[in-house]
Amino acid sequence: MTSANTRQNPAPEASPGQRPKPAPPNGAPVRATGAQSLVRSLEAVGCEVVFGIPGGTILPTYDPLLDSTKVRHVLVRHEQAAGHAATGYAQATGKTGVCMATSGPGATNLVTALADAHMDSVPLVAITGQQSTGQIGTDAFQEADICGITLPVTKHNFLVTDPDEIPRTIAEAFYIASSGRPGPVVVDVPKDVQQLATSFAWPPEQRLPGYRPVGKPHGKQVREAARLMASAQRPVLYVGGGVVKADAAEELTKLAERTGIPVVTTLMARGVFPDTHPLHLGMPGMHGTVSAVAAMQRSDLLLALGTRFDDRVTGRLSDFAPEAKVVHADIDPAEISKNRVADVPIVGDCKEVISELIDAVDTAEAEHGAPDLAQWWSQLGDWRDRFPLGYDWPEDGTLSPEYVIERIGALAGPEAVYTAGVGQHQMWAAQFIGYQRPRSWLNSGGLGTMGYAVPAAMGAKAGSPGRQVWAIDGDGCFQMTNQELATCAIEQLPIKVAVINNGNLGMVRQWQNLFYAERYSHSDLGTHNHRIPDFAMLAEALGGVGMRCEAASDVDSVIERAMAVDDRPVVIDFVVGKDAQVWPMVASGTGNDEIMAARGIRPLFDDEG
Amino acid sequence: MSRHTLSVLVENVPGVLSRVSGLFSRRSFNIESLAVGPTEHPEISRMTIVVSVEEQPLEQVTKQLNKLINVIKIVELEPESSVQRELLLVKVRADASVRSQVLETVQLFRAKVVDASPEALTIEATGDTDKLDALLRMLEPYGVREMVQSGMVAIGRGARSITATAVR
Repeated sequence: MTSANTRQNPAPEASPGQRPKPAPPNGAPVRATGAQSLVRSLEAVGCEVVFGIPGGTILPTYDPLLDSTKVRHVLVRHEQAAGHAATGYAQATGKTGVCMATSGPGATNLVTALADAHMDSVPLVAITGQQSTGQIGTDAFQEADICGITLPVTKHNFLVTDPDEIPRTIAEAFYIASSGRPGPVVVDVPKDVQQLATSFAWPPEQRLPGYRPVGKPHGKQVREAARLMASAQRPVLYVGGGVVKADAAEELTKLAERTGIPVVTTLMARGVFPDTHPLHLGMPGMHGTVSAVAAMQRSDLLLALGTRFDDRVTGRLSDFAPEAKVVHADIDPAEISKNRVADVPIVGDCKEVISELIDAVDTAEAEHGAPDLAQWWSQLGDWRDRFPLGYDWPEDGTLSPEYVIERIGALAGPEAVYTAGVGQHQMWAAQFIGYQRPRSWLNSGGLGTMGYAVPAAMGAKAGSPGRQVWAIDGDGCFQMTNQELATCAIEQLPIKVAVINNGNLGMVRQWQNLFYAERYSHSDLGTHNHRIPDFAMLAEALGGVGMRCEAASDVDSVIERAMAVDDRPVVIDFVVGKDAQVWPMVASGTGNDEIMAARGIRPLFDDEG
Repeated sequence: MSRHTLSVLVENVPGVLSRVSGLFSRRSFNIESLAVGPTEHPEISRMTIVVSVEEQPLEQVTKQLNKLINVIKIVELEPESSVQRELLLVKVRADASVRSQVLETVQLFRAKVVDASPEALTIEATGDTDKLDALLRMLEPYGVREMVQSGMVAIGRGARSITATAVR
């Protein structure tokens, strides 16, 4: 393994005249090339780490990047991982993630990660090289219209045609990415623009006449929401990822405790409200808890905060929470009444909305009196007691995947960061790890990107080096992005990877079991039958430590051994049974009343029996 | 479904048209007509977009349009409080036997002849969609050889300007 002292960029030793002198404090312009201006702009905007791969058209920028003492560059193995790593970094720290790639295939490899960040509203800036301005449009080598390609999957993108515009463009890109509803922004910089002489000055003037994100909610709407809260008999706080992004966990707890209203946290919001809190009903949606789903279905008032009524939460929309009035607060006005019409729309930042709601509730209750939620809680408590999350041990004696994930959560604890890929292991990680703090759970919620876990964990580790970072991955997902273990080994990013290896594309197999007459078309990966690849050996080959666990009695000890390694990435191949299924489940396309707590058990139908 | 005319002020920058049209296609909104041109401010262009949607989806259209960074302002222009015009150029078969009848129709619609040849006349007409449709119905019996029509442009009636407050 490479020694640790090679990981950082070498100290700046550029020959005289190669680098611009530091900008004077008054921000007066200094001479620079476009590339130097770009790197200086990244430094000025506070970028600490860039995940990327150099190539032809971005080479001019990589030259001054070598000299930067403020910006660390992490050389990844695939650009998609650069994007997910920047996303993981952003989701773990709340800062804007940055990735960099060359033109053509470098840039197109970023597209999945950009689409992923777009769906999950992650602040991301992607810098891409582009063919020189004179060659754009000629089908030149490694030319791709990345602005055109990424138009529908970014919050905005820029093609920079004048080197003088670089500082302003970078400043605007970071501002757009991180403000309002966050999202990814691409800055495409042609090679000649990087090479031309220009001047660098900071801060630049921003010109965004069409961009005015709203932060402060309308007082009248907040008062109306509080009035509904004061009279609701069966209210539910339906909390989404926007509350995490607004850093409003504290305000949320205050509001919930002040009103006694039950809380459900969506897949993107896990951790923003402590799982151990008595007011917490868990996660709603397709694989949510019965109590969370039932609470929303029977609710008379949904207080939707920073959430977007995603189909995985609502099930068949016409059957969703039929008796509920809806208060919908979101920073993005376009989300309000997009899927479900809101009775009280509130446009604003969730931190401000919740703070103002707390005050407004005081006023409303002074006027209308506080509602008695005892009857509601007795119903909720009944659901919670009768249908807790749980799992059965496989009858064939194989290891239970849920048990493995539960033990990782118990041993690594709430201070760790957990990432997941997409599929069964993701749902079990959302269900069986007890989250206590925001930004401790990172996953690909909207796009559902398999392969997210390892690079996102790498990015999270770069942003939070003091925290243990666990990638809960599936054997299918892991085979999409495991090459980044090499990056983790060389760049000293010692993440832990738990491969929940059931030998199959588990969620696909579950659907084939339930909806395709047990015809398992192309979902067996052969990782069990042939042990190809051998994940423990693969981990060793990529510079990590490989471990394997096949018995319940070894689970704790192997996790503890993994936690003791802190100089290299660790991969544990947990060989688990292939027939475990994710429950509860609302089948795709059906209404949430049809939630099945387990196969054949439909609590809400029995309820009305 | 009902027709709505949106005036959209956008930054005059490359790519803004594809941002707007791309948004419509990926959100499955239907554009009936789209016209783009300059305004009295060189840094601002104006699009007139006619969409066929119900009230609720229309709100989504404008909200999604507003999310585009280059979109500065959106105003819906109601037919009764705005002037809405399209331009039609149509080449009609008009030999000596029917020429005078065609010219009569041209006068009736306050259109004008902009090119003539022994076999055909090219007619220019402006108006709202209904008027141009009516003109075309009148000309069709003579034989329409070729036609081209612009998207609709529209401006509000009265002294108020929607661009005045858009410039900072």
